[in-house]
Amino acid sequence: MTETVLPAWVAIPAAILLVAGGLLTLIGSIGVLRMRDFYTRMHPPTMGATLGVGCVLIASMFVSSVVLHRLVIHEVVIAVLMILSAPVTAMLLMQAGMSRDKRRPRSEPPPDQS
Amino acid sequence: MNVLFDYAAGFAAVCFMVSMLIAMVRVFAGPSAQDRVLAFDSAYINGMLTLLVLGLRSSATVYFDLALLIALFGFVSTAAFAKFLLRGEVIEP
Repeated sequence: MTETVLPAWVAIPAAILLVAGGLLTLIGSIGVLRMRDFYTRMHPPTMGATLGVGCVLIASMFVSSVVLHRLVIHEVVIAVLMILSAPVTAMLLMQAGMSRDKRRPRSEPPPDQS
Repeated sequence: MNVLFDYAAGFAAVCFMVSMLIAMVRVFAGPSAQDRVLAFDSAYINGMLTLLVLGLRSSATVYFDLALLIALFGFVSTAAFAKFLLRGEVIEP
């Protein structure tokens, strides 16, 4: 989009959305690094997966629609894929964590607090 | 106004790349296997977001297809890893 000039009523909301999405995803990733248990570590990446993806997709649809002078909404397919896939992976990972915690021998300490 | 948009898109791309690096730190340092799978899934999603933002800045339409492919592969590989950790095999006869 560097050869077309974006009007101000497009560039400012898109810039706000992009910056907000980037910051939210960054905060979610720092949360993955800092949490002390596997089950609490599952929560922060969902900020990036929902709000981050939503902000970037809305900004992309908005800017593409204005630049190409027609409605561009095919990025909603990615949002639908995330809505369908994120609960499945979260449930599977949670069940895997719980079954591995049950299968661990009692002499070993739990692998968290890192 | 193009400058503001370019800087905002560049800032967002840097944020997503740093998030991917932080997720890779958790992949290498996670004390258990499910930590590593969770961080790898997060890295996949951050990679997809980087590609989407780069596709916003350039006028090529191939970036959307790349992002869709990465999202699909990320979902399938995370589900396969988690199923393997849960059951010991991915597809049960």
